[in-house]
Amino acid sequence: MEIAIAIITGLMIIGALYAIHAKDLLSAVIACGIVGYGLVICFLLLKAPDLAIVQIVVETITLIIMVAVVLDSSREEKFSKPDPQGYVSMTLSALILGVMLYFFIISVSSLDEFGKSTLRMAGPYIEGATEKTGSANLVTGVVFDFRGYDTLGEATVLVTAVLGVLTILRIKGKK
Amino acid sequence: MKGMTTIVKKTTQLIAGMVFMYGIYVIIHGHLTPGGGFAGGVILAGSFILLILAFGSDFVKLMKEETGSTLYENLAILTVLLLALSGLLLGTRIFFMNWMPKGTLGQLISAGMLPLYNIFVGIEVAASILTIFLALVIFKEEMKE
Amino acid sequence: MIAYWMCFILFLVGLYGAITRRNLIKIAISLSIMEFSTFLFFALIGYIDGGVAPIVDPADPVKIYVDPLPQALVLTAIVIGLATTAMLMAVIIRIYRKYGTFDIREIKNLRG
Repeated sequence: MEIAIAIITGLMIIGALYAIHAKDLLSAVIACGIVGYGLVICFLLLKAPDLAIVQIVVETITLIIMVAVVLDSSREEKFSKPDPQGYVSMTLSALILGVMLYFFIISVSSLDEFGKSTLRMAGPYIEGATEKTGSANLVTGVVFDFRGYDTLGEATVLVTAVLGVLTILRIKGKK
Repeated sequence: MKGMTTIVKKTTQLIAGMVFMYGIYVIIHGHLTPGGGFAGGVILAGSFILLILAFGSDFVKLMKEETGSTLYENLAILTVLLLALSGLLLGTRIFFMNWMPKGTLGQLISAGMLPLYNIFVGIEVAASILTIFLALVIFKEEMKE
Repeated sequence: MIAYWMCFILFLVGLYGAITRRNLIKIAISLSIMEFSTFLFFALIGYIDGGVAPIVDPADPVKIYVDPLPQALVLTAIVIGLATTAMLMAVIIRIYRKYGTFDIREIKNLRG
């Protein structure tokens, strides 16, 4: 199981690297789709069908929106020689990646083995959850009953994002 | 926005209704099977986006549609808030209390308030994503003129 | 452990793209790659060996389920991710209409 997930994640990494380095923006956007659809397969292997259903539709709609934005532009990322500022940012990014890698090494060593994780919250949410919520789908029980505040907050964020999009696209720009 | 060819239009006519029904199924069975308000809402929005992409639409119609979807979105989020408040007012004085009778596990009508939350969150998510998509399409149309 | 490692490497690839690229579309893609790796990490820590998907069958209750809490958190986060990506795209399309380029260096030079 772990090996299968590692292989699919490796494919996702290759897709991500291609998306970042592609010359044509349209192929970059489509390579981003590799990462999203690979994530769907990972969710199915990790026994999360709810997430797989949401992710596969969301990825499709994201691709539609991104392609719509890219298609009526020049589509090409202009190649430019790295200036001094470019070298500085390369060095900085290498430094930041090194620091992040160091912290990841520390955090992975403190995690449980894959597949043996024991979160203390899991117990109360699973045992007796069907009597408390009456819902056969435990994820829905957590989303709307145990953690209703979270869901209300996320719904508010969604409304705010929609208002932001409407505000950005409605004002007439100064010519 | 121009529509696509006749073949695409006919196929879309056949498929879009089924996609819509599937979205409603996923929302209503959210407490029994995988899915729920978020998944079903995105699928509902997807069926509308499919129709708009295939058939195309003129600018005035899209503006009208956008007004409607914004209204539905705000009403749905308000209803979710009122349902959560109803636990505070009627039930045991706890916000987000599931005070309705639970029923038997595995039946379609069970789990108290959870199906209601599912339905209204589904409407909210569908209307939100449709509004975003319509706003982008209208912006592109306006720029072309 | 190797699954966690690959997940972190995916995050680092997204971070590398966000820092070094100068194209707005590439930056948006990098941000969504970082987002995906976070979702994958949440799903990974919720997985339990031999567990089944967290849906109770009333006729045949099983003992071990996958942890539903990370899945519930990610479920809402995915939809929010779509909305924020769309908002980013709205900003980008407006910038392109005003300046005619996606390159952030040129946009900086054109300001005035």
